[in-house]
Amino acid sequence: MKVAKQTFKLFTLAVMLFASAFAMAENTNDTEKDTGGQIDTKEEVEAYILHHIQDSHDFSLFSYTSDAGERKHFGFPLPIILWSSNGLTTFMSSEFHHNDDGHVVVEKNGLKFAKIHSKIYELDGGAATVAFDETHHATNAHRVLDFSITKSVVGVLLIGLLMLIWFSGLARQYKKRQVPTGFGRVLEPLVLYVRDEISRPNIGEKHYRKFTGYLLTVFFFIWILNLLGLTPFGFNVTGQLAVTACLAIFTLVIYTVSGNKDYWMHILWMPGVPILIRPVLAVIELAGALIIKPFSLLVRLFANISAGHIVVMSLIAIMFTLKKSLGVVGATGLSLVLSFFITLIEVLVAFLQAYIFTMLSALFIGMAVAEHDHEHEHDDHGHEVADAEDVRGDFI
Amino acid sequence: MDKLLNDFSPGLFVVQTILLLLLILLMVKFAWKPIMSSLTEREEGIQGALDAAEKAKLEMQNLQADNANLLKEARAERESMLKEARDLKNKMIDDAKTEAQAQANNMIVQAQAAIESEKKSAMAELKSHVAGLSIEIAEKVVRQELSNKDKQLELVASMLNDAKLN
Repeated sequence: MKVAKQTFKLFTLAVMLFASAFAMAENTNDTEKDTGGQIDTKEEVEAYILHHIQDSHDFSLFSYTSDAGERKHFGFPLPIILWSSNGLTTFMSSEFHHNDDGHVVVEKNGLKFAKIHSKIYELDGGAATVAFDETHHATNAHRVLDFSITKSVVGVLLIGLLMLIWFSGLARQYKKRQVPTGFGRVLEPLVLYVRDEISRPNIGEKHYRKFTGYLLTVFFFIWILNLLGLTPFGFNVTGQLAVTACLAIFTLVIYTVSGNKDYWMHILWMPGVPILIRPVLAVIELAGALIIKPFSLLVRLFANISAGHIVVMSLIAIMFTLKKSLGVVGATGLSLVLSFFITLIEVLVAFLQAYIFTMLSALFIGMAVAEHDHEHEHDDHGHEVADAEDVRGDFI
Repeated sequence: MDKLLNDFSPGLFVVQTILLLLLILLMVKFAWKPIMSSLTEREEGIQGALDAAEKAKLEMQNLQADNANLLKEARAERESMLKEARDLKNKMIDDAKTEAQAQANNMIVQAQAAIESEKKSAMAELKSHVAGLSIEIAEKVVRQELSNKDKQLELVASMLNDAKLN
């Protein structure tokens, strides 16, 4: 009952967000000067897609051009928090008026800021406008540390809040009854799945309890954010390098900190191989443990989710790009069918990537805490008889 | 690669790190710990109940096996008792038969002996009687002879007739 009530509360919150979004519709006149916001050609589609998989400083739901030729945006601005050369600077993203090519310069704290391709630049002293070189790089501005509440941060906060409400609700249910009811009944098998299929088999019966909390958090965090990325709100949180890098580094820190003596032994001074090869192996193993593993984690998630977004948006764009050759109905139909199926696949990928990230994290942690049993059988000469399991153990 | 690095936002990385750390801590404290402990508790409860059921089943089986054994033993005992009784009966009948036979034989022998002795004594009495009768006849004959010869002959004839009747 409580969960139902909370879900209802969330719905009201969402409705209120929508309402405020419509209330905050703003006008801008000048910013998207070349196209008037219309995206028709392949180049425009490409630029649009690349822009939309980036993080954004305001939460825009949609925009259109009114009859008067005015560009109207529906959405709401988000706070911008910068660590500039004059210290902390904050203002609302609405001050950029949805400009993204550096033409709107905001003066705050005695400094001038411009937004170019979703990045905020601080203009070097004295400059009034941003100067660009021929590859469209700003020559008289540099990037600042940007702690803004961007769209991704909003997504993270929203999902974090949702997860806390859902799972603490589930936790509270267990105080009253053995088997949860309502939404908790949906969540419980998922929790059990992560615990019994990901955490327990990969980490081992002895240690899995300590790490299950992290794995559960990461699994649901990635999965729900992946799914959120498929909604028309256009979140692309798990397609942000910074976010996936952060997740991968958490895993790296956890398995590096909890690695036992055996683990470091196998990395730094591999037993069972000739002495001369050991330093070479140590370099390879160190690179594998500290760079390759987290790098593969962060790139896999980032690439899969970004690619998914690009493919879905490209297929939707078929509607415009093939309008001439297939006609309006043909292009729309083709785009609809293709993007429908790709979206279905993306729903699967959303789960799969969350599963793979969590699985690999569990596997890496499992390798770090694995206890190699040293009670080997001895042959007649007192040498250890290596069995297949030990040989395998030496190499993971 | 250059573009990827350019896309990487250090600010977002920092914010995300703080938020994720916070989320993990909050989730572990308010959700995962209580959920995990409740789940473990429940699973242990279920396992315990299953074990108890299994134990009860085993005990039941043991009990049933015991019962069957008891039944079998009782049946065997009854069987042996019946057999014993039957044997005893046959033996008693046989014994009785042989004893009766022996007694009967004995009685027959005794009767035969008694008959023999009776016969002997009867013969002896007959003999003495015949002897007495003979002497008597002889006496009477002698007396008649003394008086009348005819009369004596007649007498002998009648005497003899008498003796025949005897």
